[in-house]
Amino acid sequence: MKFTRRVLMTTAAAVMALSTPAFADGHQKVESIHFLIPGGAGGGWDGTARGTGQALTEAGLVGSASYENMSGGGGGKAIGYLIENAASQEGTLMVNSTPIVIRSLTGIFPYNFSDLTLVAGTIGDYAALVVPASSDISDMAGLLEAYKADQQGTAIGGGSVPGGMDHLVAAMVMKAAGEDPVGVNYIPYDAGGTAMAGLLSGEIKALSTGFSEAVALATAGEVRIIGVTAPDRVAAFADAPTMKEQGIDTEFVNWRGFFGAPGLSAEKTAQYQAALEAMYDTPEWETVRATNGWVNIHNSGDDFRTFLEGQEKEIGDLMRELGFL
Amino acid sequence: MLEGILIGLTTAFTGTNLFMVIGGCLIGTFIGMLPGLGPMSIIAIMIPVAISIGDPSAALILLAGVYYGAIFGGSTSSILINAPGVASTVATSFDGYPLARQGKAGKALTVAAIASFCGGTIGAILLMIFAPMLASVALLFHSAEYFALMVVGLSAIAAFAGTGQVGKALLMTFLGLIMATVGEGALFNAPRFTMGIMDLQSGFGFITLAMAMFALPEALYLVLDPARSNNEAGGEIKDLRITRDEAKQIAPVIGRQSIQGFLIGVLPGAGATIASFLGYAVERNIASKEDQEQFGKGSIKGLAAPEAANNAAATGSFVPLLTLGIPGSGTTAILLGALIALNVTPGPRLMIDEPEVFWAVIVSMYIGNLVLLFLNLPLIPYIAKVLAVPRTFLIPFILFFTLMGAYIGQNNATELLILVGFGICATILRFADYPLAPLLIGFILGQMLEDNFSRSMQLEGGIGFILERPMTMGLLAFAVLLVVLPTYRARIRAQGIADGD
Repeated sequence: MKFTRRVLMTTAAAVMALSTPAFADGHQKVESIHFLIPGGAGGGWDGTARGTGQALTEAGLVGSASYENMSGGGGGKAIGYLIENAASQEGTLMVNSTPIVIRSLTGIFPYNFSDLTLVAGTIGDYAALVVPASSDISDMAGLLEAYKADQQGTAIGGGSVPGGMDHLVAAMVMKAAGEDPVGVNYIPYDAGGTAMAGLLSGEIKALSTGFSEAVALATAGEVRIIGVTAPDRVAAFADAPTMKEQGIDTEFVNWRGFFGAPGLSAEKTAQYQAALEAMYDTPEWETVRATNGWVNIHNSGDDFRTFLEGQEKEIGDLMRELGFL
Repeated sequence: MLEGILIGLTTAFTGTNLFMVIGGCLIGTFIGMLPGLGPMSIIAIMIPVAISIGDPSAALILLAGVYYGAIFGGSTSSILINAPGVASTVATSFDGYPLARQGKAGKALTVAAIASFCGGTIGAILLMIFAPMLASVALLFHSAEYFALMVVGLSAIAAFAGTGQVGKALLMTFLGLIMATVGEGALFNAPRFTMGIMDLQSGFGFITLAMAMFALPEALYLVLDPARSNNEAGGEIKDLRITRDEAKQIAPVIGRQSIQGFLIGVLPGAGATIASFLGYAVERNIASKEDQEQFGKGSIKGLAAPEAANNAAATGSFVPLLTLGIPGSGTTAILLGALIALNVTPGPRLMIDEPEVFWAVIVSMYIGNLVLLFLNLPLIPYIAKVLAVPRTFLIPFILFFTLMGAYIGQNNATELLILVGFGICATILRFADYPLAPLLIGFILGQMLEDNFSRSMQLEGGIGFILERPMTMGLLAFAVLLVVLPTYRARIRAQGIADGD
C-alpha cells in the first residue's frame, strides 16, 4: 500500500477543509484572523479591532484572533506595510475609518482605499452639532441666524484639524443650509476633552462631534444636540432632531471597517465577509456593540466600494471648495 | 457632605473594594516603573479587567488605584536611572537623579514617596470640599489663558539658566520648541518638517525624546567614563531616612505645591506636567540663596515640589472629569471611556444620581495613597539597591529599559533609530555643557503653546486678545516676574557682597 500515507493525508485535508465550517458549534467561518491596527493601544481603531475580534472568537465564528498595533504616519505606515507585504498578508485584516478617505485626498497617504481589498464596513457613527445646555440657541435655525449675524463670533469647534472630519461636517451642514461654507470660523482642538471645555467656557458657540459622544454629553445634561447627520432619528436618542427634518439636506457617516491586502483571493475575502456578516446576529457582538455605543452600519464588498466612492467624491468636492485641495 | 463620606466609606470598605485598591496600586506601581508604560497605557491595559468586574464603584476604584500607583512608580525610574517615562515626572529627575548619584537614592525615593502621599491626600481633601465650586472656575479659562499658562510653565527654564548659561538655556529651549513643530500640527492638515518621512508625521514621541535626552546620554557617560559609575558615595546606599531638619525644610514646599498643583490640575487644558514645572520654578524662585544654588544639584526641595504638585494635579484632574464629564488629560479621557462603558455618565448629575460612585472614588483616593505609602516605604531600600549593581550589569539594564521604553508604546522600530540618533547628539551637547532639560521642557510645552496661541488668534481675530483679556495679561506678567526676579535678586546680592568687601 504505497499510497496509503498520501491518500490518508489528502483525505484528512479534504475532511478538514469540508468540516472546518462545521466545527466549533458548527459555524466557524475562518480559522484565524490577524488584526492590523494602524494606531496605538487604547484608540478608536484599537477598540474596534479588539472588540470585533473578541465577538468573533467568543461566538465561535473565528478560531483565534491576534492583534498588532502599528502606529506611525497617522495610520499611513500600516497601509504601506500591508501593500508592500501583500503576498504574506493573506490572514490579515486592517481596521480603518473615514480619515483614510480624507488623508488619501490630501495626499498625506500616497495610497487610496482602492489599493486595498475592501472587505466590509461594520460600524459607524453619525456626526452631530451640539450647543451648551444653557445656550439660547435651540435648533439649527438659531445657529444659522447667529452665523448670519456674526460669522467671526459664531465659532464652531471640533476635535480634528481644519480640513479634518469635524470641520468638514460643519462646512457640509452650512453649505446644505445655503450658507457660505468657507466662512465657518472653525476652531480645532485636540481630540477629547479640550473641545468640550472650550464649548462650556463659551469661547466657541457650537461643537461638531460624533453622535455617540454627543449622546453621552446630552444625557449628562450638559449639551443640547441641535442636529444629527442621520437619515432618520436614531433610536438610541430620539430627542435629537436630524439635519434633514430641519430642511438641511445632508447626511454623513463616520464608518469603521476592515480591509485586506491587495490581491486577496476572492475565496478568502468571501470567508471574512461571511464571518463579519454572521457576527451581527450573535449575542456576543450585541454585548460588545452596546458597551461601546456603536451603531451597526453594515456595507459589504461592492456596497462598501460604492459607499466609499460616494464619500470620496462628496468630501473631495467640499475640500476643493474650502481650498484644501 | 458628611453623609456622602459615610456612603463612600461603606462602599470602599468592603472586602472586594479594599482588595481592588491594593491590587490596583501594586499593579500600577510595578508596571509604572517601566519607563515606556505611563499611567495611560497601564489603564488602557486594565480597562477590560475593570469592565468585566461589572460594578462601577469597584471598577473605578481599581482603575484609580492603578492610576496613582503608576504615577508613583513613574518617579522611580526618573530618580534611579534618569529615565522619566511620563512628562509629569521630568521635573522629578532634575533633582532626584543628582541625589541618587550622591548615593542618596533611598532618601530621594523617601522624599518622593512622602511628597506624593501628601500631594495626593491634600488633593483628595480639596476635591471633596471644592469640586463643584472649582468646576465653574475652570471654565473661566479660555484658550488665551491656557496660552499664557504655558508661557508661565516655560519660565521654569530660568532654573537652568545659571551663571553664564542664559544663552545656552535659551538656545536649547528654542531647539525644543522647534522640534515640537515637527509633524501634523493641530491647526494645519498637512505634515510639516517631516522631510517626507512617514514616521515623523505624528511628530517626535515624548518618551523617545525623554530617553534620548536624559537616560541614554547618562548610560553613554557611564560607558565613556568608568570613574563616574562609582557613585560619589562609593556605590554605597546611605541616608535612607530623612532627618527632622529635612522634614521641616520640605513641609512648607509640599504644602504650597499640593494646593498650587491641585488648582492647576483642575484646569482641563493644563494638567500634571505644567503643575510639576511650575511647582519647580516657583519653589526655586522663592527659596533662599543657598537653597537656590542647590536646585538642579540634588535639592530635596526641588524634588519634593514637582512630586507633590504632580500628584495633587492628578487628583485635581478628577474635578472636571467627575463634575463636568470633561477629561483634562489623556489618562482621564481613557477613564471617561471606561466609565461610559460601565453605564456611568460623569457630569453635573453624577453626585446626585450616583453618589456612591462619586464618594467611593474620593474615599478610595485616601486609601490608595495610604496603601502606596506603606507599600513603598519598606520597599525603598530594595529598590534603591538597583544602583549598587556593578556597572557591567547596570549599563545594559539601563540601555534595555531605555530602548524598550521607546519601542513599547508605539511598536515602531523607527523610534529606536530616532532615539539612538538623538541620544548621540544629546551626549555631544552634554560634553559641550549645554543643559538638556530646557530642550525637553520646550518640546513638551511647545505643542500646547502653539495650539492655544493660534486658537486665540483665530477666535479673537488677531493678537489683540493679550490686551483684551486681563487674566491673560496677568499670567504673562507673572511669567516675566518669574524670569526677571531671580536675576534681579542675584544682582542685588552681588552688589551687597561687593559693598561688604
